[in-house]
Formats: sequence, C-alpha cells, structure tokens
Amino acid sequence: MTTKSNETEVTASETWQGVVADWSADKETFAMPWGKLMMWIFLLGDTFIFGIFLVAYMAARMNAVEPWPDTEAIFSMTLFGHEFPLLLIAIMTFILITSSGTMAMAVNYAYRGDRRKTVLFMSATALLGLSFVGMQAYEWYQLIYNYDIRPWGNPLGAEQFGAVFFMITGFHGLHVLAGVIYLSIVARKVSRGHYEKKGYAIVEITGLYWHFVDLVWVFIFAFFYLL
Amino acid sequence: MTHVAIADQEEETHHHPTSFVAKYVWSQDHKVIAVQYSIIAIFVGVVALILSGFMRLQLGFPDTFSCINPNTYLQFMTMHGMIMVIYLLTALLLGGFGNYLIPLMVGTRDMVFPYLNMLSVWFYFVSVLVLLASFFVSGGPTGAGWTLYPPQTILPGTPGNEWGIILMIASLAIFIVAFTMGGLNYVTTILQARTHGMTLMRMPLTLWGIFIASMMGLLAFPALLVSAIMMALDLLAGTSFFMPTLVSLGDSVDHEGGSPLLFQHLFWFFGHPEVYIVALPAFGMVSDVLATHARKNIFGYRMMVWALVIIGALSFAVWAHHMFVSGMNLIFGFFFATTTLIIAVPTAIKVYNWVLTLWQGNIKLTPPMLFAIGFVFTFTHGGLSGLFLGNVIVDVPLADTYFVVAHFHMVMGVSTVMVLFAAIYHWYPLVTGRMLHEGMARLHFWMTFLGAYAVFLPMHYLGFLGVPRRYFAMGDTAFMPESAHTLNASISIFALVLMLIQTVFIFNLIWSLKRGPKAGHNPWGATSLEWQTPQVPPGHGNWGDKLPVVHRWAYDFSVPNAKEDCIPQNVPKGADETHHDGSGEHSEGKTV
Repeated sequence: MTTKSNETEVTASETWQGVVADWSADKETFAMPWGKLMMWIFLLGDTFIFGIFLVAYMAARMNAVEPWPDTEAIFSMTLFGHEFPLLLIAIMTFILITSSGTMAMAVNYAYRGDRRKTVLFMSATALLGLSFVGMQAYEWYQLIYNYDIRPWGNPLGAEQFGAVFFMITGFHGLHVLAGVIYLSIVARKVSRGHYEKKGYAIVEITGLYWHFVDLVWVFIFAFFYLL
Repeated sequence: MTHVAIADQEEETHHHPTSFVAKYVWSQDHKVIAVQYSIIAIFVGVVALILSGFMRLQLGFPDTFSCINPNTYLQFMTMHGMIMVIYLLTALLLGGFGNYLIPLMVGTRDMVFPYLNMLSVWFYFVSVLVLLASFFVSGGPTGAGWTLYPPQTILPGTPGNEWGIILMIASLAIFIVAFTMGGLNYVTTILQARTHGMTLMRMPLTLWGIFIASMMGLLAFPALLVSAIMMALDLLAGTSFFMPTLVSLGDSVDHEGGSPLLFQHLFWFFGHPEVYIVALPAFGMVSDVLATHARKNIFGYRMMVWALVIIGALSFAVWAHHMFVSGMNLIFGFFFATTTLIIAVPTAIKVYNWVLTLWQGNIKLTPPMLFAIGFVFTFTHGGLSGLFLGNVIVDVPLADTYFVVAHFHMVMGVSTVMVLFAAIYHWYPLVTGRMLHEGMARLHFWMTFLGAYAVFLPMHYLGFLGVPRRYFAMGDTAFMPESAHTLNASISIFALVLMLIQTVFIFNLIWSLKRGPKAGHNPWGATSLEWQTPQVPPGHGNWGDKLPVVHRWAYDFSVPNAKEDCIPQNVPKGADETHHDGSGEHSEGKTV
C-alpha cells in the first residue's frame, strides 16, 4: 500500500516537472495547431461574457422590486389536453445535446479522412442547431403573444424577467445561429476537398465552438428554467 | 499528429505584395499594421489633447471663453477620458507596439493570423470614425463622464443623451471586436510561434508585459461589452437593467427596479484591469529601455516576470475601490481596500528593480533613457498617491476631488505616456531607419517632464482643499481660498505650454523621416531579436532565408570578459561562458 502511494507521488511530481519543462521550453507551449489554441482562448473570453451575463441576471433578479414570475407555469406546454411543464425546453435541450454527439462523430470521421460521413454529420449538427433556434423562436412567440411579456414590461411580475430572458437567450441564440453558419461553411469546404492538404483540425475547432455553445446552454437552462 | 511546429516547417513561398494598396493599405504585414494603428491612435490622441486644452482654458479663466458652456465642458471631459484611455493608450501600446514588436522579438515572420490582424486595424479605424462622428450629430457627443454611469447617461439633461451615447456604445463594441481579433493574435503568437531557443523565460520583458496585458484584455473587455449591451437595451428597448424608478425633470421615467450599482460593478470589472492593460506593456517596455541604456542586465528578471503575472491576476479583484463612495456594502470596502494595498507589493518590487537596474549602471542619458527615468519618477509619485485613495477612510473625503485627477493622471496618464515617448524614441530608428533629432528630443523631454509636474502636482493641493472634479466652474464657493483660483490659472498656462511642446515631438517625427541621421544596424546596442534582422528596417518576412536561433536571455549587457558590451540573443554561447541567464538554475550571481 505504502509503496503504491509512493509510486503515484513520484509520477505526480514527474508530471508536474513535465508541465514546467513543457512551459519553459522553446517549443510551442501547447501541442496543437494555432487555430485551435486561438479558439480555446476565444472561448475563455466568451466564457467571461456569458458568466458576466448570468451574474448580471442574478443581480437583476435580486434587485427586482416586484416578484419574479413562476417559471414553471410560464414555460409549460399543453399537449393532448395536458399541461407539461418545461416540455418544450426539455426537447430543445435534448436536441442541442444530441447535436454535440453528432459533432463529435463528425470530428472522428474527419480525422479518419472520411469526407462523406464528415459532411453528413456536420450537416446533421447544423440542422439540429437550426431546429433549436426555430424552437427558441416559437418559445419567444409564446412569451410575447400568450403572456404579453416584453423586454420593457411584464404583466406577471418583475419587468427584468423579460429583459434578461430575451437578452441572454437571444445572445445565446445568435451564438447558435453563428455556429450553424460556421458549420455550413466548413462542411461545404470539407466536401470540396479544401482541407486535404491542410489537415482536418478545422473540423475539431468548429466542434470546440459548438460544444461550448451547448455547455453554455446547460447553464442558461439551469438558471432560467430550473431556478 | 499531423501538426508541425512553425520553426520546423519548410519555408513557404512568401507572397510579396507589390502594388501600393496591397503594401500599405490592405496590408497583412504586422509592421505596416502597427504603423497604421499608431498613426490612427496618435491622431485621436491629439484630438483628446486639444479637448483637454479647452477644459483647462475654462477652468483657469472662467467666464472668458464663450465657446465653452457647461454642456460642451462635460462632453469634452467625457471624450477626453474615453479617447485617452481606450483609443489612444490601449490601441497604441497593444495595437501599435504589440503588433510591431511581438513577431520581431519572438523571431517569427508575422503574426499567426495576418488576415485577422488586418481586420483588427480596420475595425479599430471604424470604431474611431464612429466615435468622432458623435461630434457631428444633433446633441453632440455624450457628456456623462468617461465612466458612463447611469442613470444620468440616459436621462434628458445630460448632453448627448440622444445620439452621442448610442454612437459611444456602438464605437466601444466595434473597438472590442477589433481588440479581440488583435489580442487573440498577440497571445497565440507569443505562445506558439517563438523561434528555436526562445523559451518563455528568455523573452524580453516587453513581450511579457504585452502578453499579460493582452490576456487581461481578452478577459476584461467582455465586462464592458456586456454592460454596453445592457445599456443599449435600456436606451433603445426601454428595459430597466440599470434604471431605477425615479423622477427626472418633473416626469417619472418609464423604468423601474433597475440597479445603477450593477453598472458600476460591471464597468469597473473592466475598468480596473484596463488600467493595467495599459500599464503592463509600459512596465515591460520601460524595463527593456532602462536595461539597454544603462548597459546592465535587468535586476531580478524572474521577479519582474512574476510581478507582471501577479499584478495581472490581482487586478481582477480590486475593482470596487473605485466605488467606495457609491453606497455599496462597507464589508466590500474592507475587502477591496485590502486587495488594493496588496497589489502595491508586486508594483513596488518592480519599481525597486528598475532603480536597482540603474544602480551602478553605465547610464547613457539618451532621449529614451531620459523618458524612462522620468517614468520611474512620475510612476512612483502616482503610485504613492494611490495608497491614499486605496484606503476607504482616506478615500471618502478625497474621492471626487482634484486629488483623484492628479493621482490617475500621474500614474496612468503621464507615466504611460512617458514610456510611450521612451519607446518611440527607442524604436523609431528600427521602424524608419533614421534617428530622431536629439536636440529636439531633449527639449521635448525636459518641457514634458517639468510641465507634467507643474500641471499635476498642484492638483494634489487643490484636492486637499476639497476642490471638486468634473465641475465646469468653481464660482465663489466659501471654503475655497483665493489661492485655488490662481493655482487653477497657473495650471492652465502650464498645461497649454505642455500641449504646445508636443508639436515639437510631432514635427520631429515627420522631420526625421527624411533628415534624421541614418540609424544603421542596432544603434543602441540592444540585445533583443528585433534589432538583429538582416535588413534594417526589417523587410517583409522579417528574417530573410532563415529564422534566427536564440541562445541566451535578452539582457547580456556588459558581460565580464566579453569583447562587446552587449551580446545579442542570437549569438551562440562561448565554451567558457557560464550559464547565467534568467532561464537556467544559475540565475543568481549576475547582478552583483
């Protein structure tokens, strides 16, 4: 037992030394293409954007003078005469997470050099993303026409509810839409064999962005619909 | 792994642009982009300088100039602040010097994504155009102060609350896009495109400063973007993020339940790191200028690097010291006063190290060196007054007085501009191949240095008297002695002289382009890579056929037993040389 823990300690310190050696070496700090590192750093900044949006949302909700509307009642859907709370949003979340799966498949096939399947899965991802945005538009329509909620007013309670909801889901929706466009452009280039020489890291970079947008959605989902 | 490091890649056939437009307008060469950034930044900087001249005229000689009324005064003040902090300092330090120096100093041919880099400068250009357009719309530019605090930013009664503020927000958003494209390039280039032998701990401090500042910019500008979006919604869509229920000019506004404090928190979460985004590249560049012109290695290189990193990290946890009088929770005040005072420690380490670098150095009082030494003075003074303002109990009476104006102009305005001048005098020969005229440079330094003190030192006194900042005119306020008024007049005269002397600098820049003495190769005897290019000024692609290989750190000045008093980074180590650079274990023993 003791020997085993000693062994792990040694490897841990070796790993640490390895990290230090890597970082202080004269080679590239991260063993990845430039574009991939740039996407990671961009996503770090984007994390700050969404993080600050969500913190601002919490502050607005805490400061609101009128009560926050009951989200479970607002975000429910009537189907076959029954009320299902959060049904639409559950479907939307499921679709977006599924799209992360298809994206991962696309990256896999891209590195294997299977262009046809890469394009197929990228298109599937883009279509799933597009259907997500469509459902979001439907949800906005519900809020606006059935509940009369606007950014500047809310008959059900605090007016900040509409404002932060439209702002943050709108900003996220724009991210998804940008992702769909980005995916379509890259998929088109893949199908034309544009990356045969350069390598298919671009598919993974696109995937990074897409997974990030999904991850952000999980937080928005939790903060807006579950709390 | 299909990916190959850049230094190991085959030399691509480098595409050389030929037409004038491809070479100087839509250029993707980092050097041309740097010059474009610099020219635009210096141009808006001059606009902001002239605005401050108008403000000083009004403050020194109230009721004399009919062209300045309370509204225009506030508008000039807002635009002066915003332009100086963001469109001049951030753009010139990172967009100008960052672009020029990063690829040359790390030994690569260009930024990693030149096309994005080109977009960056053109987005910056558009943001400047949008900003300046606000002078020509109805109502003029916004007069809400550069911090743009709601509710007065939005309410009627504040000048420029119709179009000025919208253009300001739009311009900031475009600037953030421009900065993001540039900043991603700077960070990725420094991390990934360093040449053989250029380890992180062999990089000149200039690069460290630019690197940390770019990283901070990428994390701090999101806060400004978010607050700009929310404010734009409050303005245009009638939301109530920042607007509380209130009565304005007799009418109750159409907002309810918003929090003006929220904006202040978001703004300063960007605003305080922004101070260091401007300061850190300046710290780095002044370190290199001091070491080069004192012919001595920088004292405590590793400590200098870590101080930069620690300042960068801590600066995200001090923002609310701008808000001690805003009405926020007092427990916050205690926390933020503590973090603010802690940040003085790495900053003081840097100041001591600069002084110790000069100590027993072979100091050459060249123009860049004069400005660098001037910086050490002004920065120490500005930093010390910061200790006053960092303590809640001292800040409360001093907040919103001229003491604050004096403090941030000394520490962020004058100090950073001193470094900018030092850097321009230092690197102008590299960019143009000509030296700047030395006589004019010395005149410029002494007038600027003494002028800055003549302008800002008396302001500390005004602050102690309780003279409030941002006021259009003081009038016959009972607590203000006559001396405050005469002092204001003298400050204004010195400020105008200080402004006027900058024309000497601009003239020198243009005159020396053609008539300055030829600089030749490495005129200052510097060790860092940017001076070791085959062509001077560096040509397209920077390095000719082969990338340089780095063998040592950037501070091998006056090495014992060496023939030359400086050994460039790309000179191989001699057999008898001990390994004593900052990157190895044997980093001590050099500085004695």
